[in-house]
Amino acid sequence: MPTIVVEVMPKAELLDPQGKAVAGALARLGKNEFSAVRIGKRFELTVDGPVDDALLAQVDELAADLFSNSVIEDVVSITVDDAR
Amino acid sequence: MKIGVVTFPGSLDDRDAQRAVRLADATPVALWHGDHALQGVDAIVLPGGFSYGDYLRAGAIASHSPIMAEVIDAASKGMPVLGICNGFQMLAEARLLPGAHTRNGHQQFICRDQKMRVENASTDWTNGYAEGQEIVIPLKNADGRFVADAETITRIEGNGQVVFRYLDVNPNASINDIAGVANERGNVVGLMPHPEHATEPGFGPDTADAMRSGVDGLAFFTSAIAALQKV
Repeated sequence: MPTIVVEVMPKAELLDPQGKAVAGALARLGKNEFSAVRIGKRFELTVDGPVDDALLAQVDELAADLFSNSVIEDVVSITVDDAR
Repeated sequence: MKIGVVTFPGSLDDRDAQRAVRLADATPVALWHGDHALQGVDAIVLPGGFSYGDYLRAGAIASHSPIMAEVIDAASKGMPVLGICNGFQMLAEARLLPGAHTRNGHQQFICRDQKMRVENASTDWTNGYAEGQEIVIPLKNADGRFVADAETITRIEGNGQVVFRYLDVNPNASINDIAGVANERGNVVGLMPHPEHATEPGFGPDTADAMRSGVDGLAFFTSAIAALQKV
């Protein structure tokens, strides 16, 4: 069954408190190789039928209007995973 | 005068908002997120809480619920709409108000009696205040950090759309200490603090006069009634 994967990240210029908290934990663990962490979201949309252009256009629209808020987030990728 | 209060799954302060409407001498009308009927109300309050568990983003799923189509339509025709806390997040997600909200800068939930300044006393929900008036009402949120790009901030500051600004403490790292904003027309207002929790003596914030006697939030609701009577 094909899966459409949408990935959303907080805008680079915005403070990401969640990522900052994890970066703090890494520092406390002595993992000093990592200077910053940013946390985003991954949506996996399972599709019963075929993935065509019309469906992908719909996903584009949903990614912009529902899965992300363009004031604070960017849609970084929309990919189709047929393997599953 | 009928003021509707919409209940969403996860709303917490809908009953308090109804009570505030009653204390302001209007008739509260309970509205349901899954309906398409505004039941003839003259104004609408979107209350605080954690609608749909705040999944996806705070207020995001609620902003797409059935009744929001009617709320957006009524707001565009000039009906007074107030969003409190989670309601403010919904109005921003619905693009009725500028900006958006992220997690508080310090990552903690915060609950305090918050002082703020009324920066614009000409909106449908603030005409009962004086410009520059300082008020104290409760604030309680986790995702209260108001953000917008620099261009939007410049525009809303210039238009007088910044209606409230935090004083003394910026509780969530909001840009420019912004606590609440309005649309250009001034009929749609959203803010993070909770005016409905400061409308009845004995249940509000402490004041210099007496414990829990603060009723600084009541004028939100009387303002809306005054705005409607003027029309």
